[in-house]
Amino acid sequence: MTSFVKPKIRRKNEPLNALGLARGDYDGAMSTLCAGCGHDSVTAAMARAFYELSVEPHRAVKVSGIGCSSKTTTYFLSDAHGANTVHGRMPSFATGAAAANSALTYIGVSGDGDSLSIGLGQLAHAMRRNVNMLYMLENNGVYGLTKGQFSASADIGSTAKKGATNDQAPIDPVALALSVGASFIGRSFSGDREQLVPLIKAGLMHKGFALIDVISPCVSFNDHKGSTKSYAHTYEYYHKAVHADYVPPSAEIKAAYDEGDTLPVELHDGGKINLRKLDKDYDPTDRAAAFSRIMSSQDKDEILTGLLYIDQSRPDMHARENMEERPLNEIPYAELNPGSDRLKSLQQEFR
Amino acid sequence: MTGPSVNDFVLKVATVNGTGSASANGLLMKTIFRMGVPVVGKNVFPSNIQGLPTWYEVRVTEDGHAGRDGQVHLMIAMNPETYEQDLAELAPGGVLLYDSTWPRPQFMSRPDITVLGVPLSGMCNEAFTVARSRILMKNMAYVGAVAALLELDLDVITGLVEEMFAGKKKLIPANMKAVALGHDYAKENFSCPLDFRVRAANKTAGKVMIDGNTAAALGCVYGGATFGAWYPITPSTSVMDGFAKYCAELRVDAETGKNKYCIIQAEDELAAAGLIIGAAWNGARAFTPTSGPGISLMSELIGFAYYSEVPMVLFDIQRVGPSTGMPTRTQQCDIQLCAYASHGDTRHIVLYPANPAECFDMAVNALDLAERFQTPVFFLSDIDIGMNDWMIDELTWDDTYVPDRGKVLTAAELEDVEKFHRYLDVDGDHIAARTLPGTHPNGAYFLRGSGHNKYGGYTEKGPEYQEVVDRLYSKWQSAASAVPAPVTEMAKGKANFGLIAIGSSDGAVREARARLEASGVPVDYMRIRGFPFSDDVDAFIHAHSQVFVVEQNRDAQLLGLLVAETSATKEQLIPVLHYSGEPLDYRFVEASISEAIKVRKIA
Repeated sequence: MTSFVKPKIRRKNEPLNALGLARGDYDGAMSTLCAGCGHDSVTAAMARAFYELSVEPHRAVKVSGIGCSSKTTTYFLSDAHGANTVHGRMPSFATGAAAANSALTYIGVSGDGDSLSIGLGQLAHAMRRNVNMLYMLENNGVYGLTKGQFSASADIGSTAKKGATNDQAPIDPVALALSVGASFIGRSFSGDREQLVPLIKAGLMHKGFALIDVISPCVSFNDHKGSTKSYAHTYEYYHKAVHADYVPPSAEIKAAYDEGDTLPVELHDGGKINLRKLDKDYDPTDRAAAFSRIMSSQDKDEILTGLLYIDQSRPDMHARENMEERPLNEIPYAELNPGSDRLKSLQQEFR
Repeated sequence: MTGPSVNDFVLKVATVNGTGSASANGLLMKTIFRMGVPVVGKNVFPSNIQGLPTWYEVRVTEDGHAGRDGQVHLMIAMNPETYEQDLAELAPGGVLLYDSTWPRPQFMSRPDITVLGVPLSGMCNEAFTVARSRILMKNMAYVGAVAALLELDLDVITGLVEEMFAGKKKLIPANMKAVALGHDYAKENFSCPLDFRVRAANKTAGKVMIDGNTAAALGCVYGGATFGAWYPITPSTSVMDGFAKYCAELRVDAETGKNKYCIIQAEDELAAAGLIIGAAWNGARAFTPTSGPGISLMSELIGFAYYSEVPMVLFDIQRVGPSTGMPTRTQQCDIQLCAYASHGDTRHIVLYPANPAECFDMAVNALDLAERFQTPVFFLSDIDIGMNDWMIDELTWDDTYVPDRGKVLTAAELEDVEKFHRYLDVDGDHIAARTLPGTHPNGAYFLRGSGHNKYGGYTEKGPEYQEVVDRLYSKWQSAASAVPAPVTEMAKGKANFGLIAIGSSDGAVREARARLEASGVPVDYMRIRGFPFSDDVDAFIHAHSQVFVVEQNRDAQLLGLLVAETSATKEQLIPVLHYSGEPLDYRFVEASISEAIKVRKIA
């Protein structure tokens, strides 16, 4: 359970990002999860995304709830502030933190228990508010730390390690997010770095609430035959719909894909998300169609992945609350104090 | 017992919720206040939008007492559903005014009172055509009748009506017409004024009438709070209503039109707690208003803020619990809850304001203390303080005030730090410096509610865990001298008896103390204003053979806290408990103490 300090070793000719930092500078403490845990791959993908985006580590904020996935906030970006909060309550903490300072980059890491059972209400309301953050939902269908109970994302018919069969309908975070108004919704797989890293980058740069549901198998309690969240099952039913690439404002846009299959989405920072349709019939900007397709893919056990929905037009929480750009924590008190004369005059109504 | 007299009596209006009587009753009270005579107003209302009984009590007290009297001398009985109760409550020699459009022979059962019938409905039905305005104007008509009986200044009433309808001027003549109907009827049919009535004085100069929740909201604005989150709950809602109103007036940039604050209505109290902890962790002054049920829900996060040392300000406007209880009635029933909220070893800083003036000041104190001690701070008010208008000295502000943000390292300070350790007490005051996200690469740390050592690292080692929680205890103890000091009111000579109370009990307790002393029982009084208790509390208890602890709950929660947290023994403390849900009155306190002295033969 203890976390270990991972020594930072800089290799010769190691590639550096725009800040002159190496990928290793985005690491954290050594993971204490089980060998082969999907979450460790997701951690590596998050670190890589921050590295490739050249985010200054101390300008990022990591938040999590409780559970195996929530522990991973210590395993990357050790130079960023992190908060391991309370089970299911990370969204409210993150919302408050983001409200206080919109200038930082916020990433929340949670699991299916933390997000879909104890924290379902908070997750839904953070999405409704369109808080500017990326929420990584590391989804393995099982409670690991308490030894293998089904979580709310377990599919009907999926079996537990000890043989019990789940017969309750699963909560699909993607369908939930679509219905309550999240403005960036993706699904991916811990075993698909090619898809996951660019998707995380796009999610971090999206202004508003970005949810990425990552199938991240639990090797200890949910990777057996009969589980629908195992590595084998995920590989078998994996279907890529839309690939997303983040293109920074300064970068030249290369026409790497066939014209008809790519869809550039303008971001608030001047950058773009290039959407590459791997499934020609899927339109990630059409909410109703996306919902219909997500529902039908559930029925045929298809795991639909990629950037499944994006809406850049919805104002984020700060815009909706008509807040200043300047962080609340940087407004000097002199600007907040109405002064003694004003206190006198405003009490006229109490006379 | 004193009888009612000029500028010393209680009038009470019994009406039906949702009939518009609240503004008429406010008008009556404000008229007396503007005539220079101090008043104590208590609104006793149901948890309902329309249809259930509601009462408004106004104590007219030229001597400026701050609590309830406990008797009623003029009853305006407008609700047939409660006639029986209202009739019974009237003191002998009292006057009952009712709507005599329909005769009420049951009033004849009290030969010791005077019954005055005014055909309010009949007059208003004749004078006004619209159904709703007939109901509303009936209220103004009883204002007129009461004005005649109590000799209220009609010019003051006219002025107030003009202010009330400043935005809808065309309503003024109709309202004044209704006032005149009641007034003229009373003048013509009764011998006006009554023996007890209002006589203009000059006792309200420099005073305002304000409720505690509005004053607390103003305190949050002046204290520099920039973030508020809440889940609506009676009776705390008006704290956030007030904050939102004043922020909209005072906190919007004139040039850009952008807000310098953020208010979020949470999905529940758990989220409200998480929201303010997140905001405070990130350096915004943040608070949440709630009531007892909200504290129950927030408890887990309160423990998180306590153990991970994040500032948190909670306004608990207490109502009658447990469970839903009586949401619109008052009690001091969260004393124990707030002192130790959350599982595990937790103890908190709690402030006990007694009136709206202290609500204003202590809101600022709470914001300062939470950041200085990096911990939850409870502001423990109640419905009586929070939702009734109290007469207080006009609020003032010291423009030299500088918020106490506690130990927060700046980028320049972090530049020289080799390795920052979040929970390391480097100067022996039990408080470790914190850093805000984004300030400097050297400032990063990991906030965790799981076991941590003094360096901020995860631990499951007993001694490392203990070292941190021992420091938390010392930190909490050191707050005893930082919370507002107790205030005392001592008997002229030596007193064997002491009296301790907190919060809204103050007015009634002070009046009872003065009366006990006048009747030959000298009593010293200490009002505690903060937890942890200072040494003064211990000394006060030990300076008296017996100490009465007056509080508004069944279980003697304050007394229990005194036994647990001072060296007082249970035998030294005598509980005086009032928990009906109505605001405390001096007669109850005086009678309870007199009785206790008689029964225990301790005089």
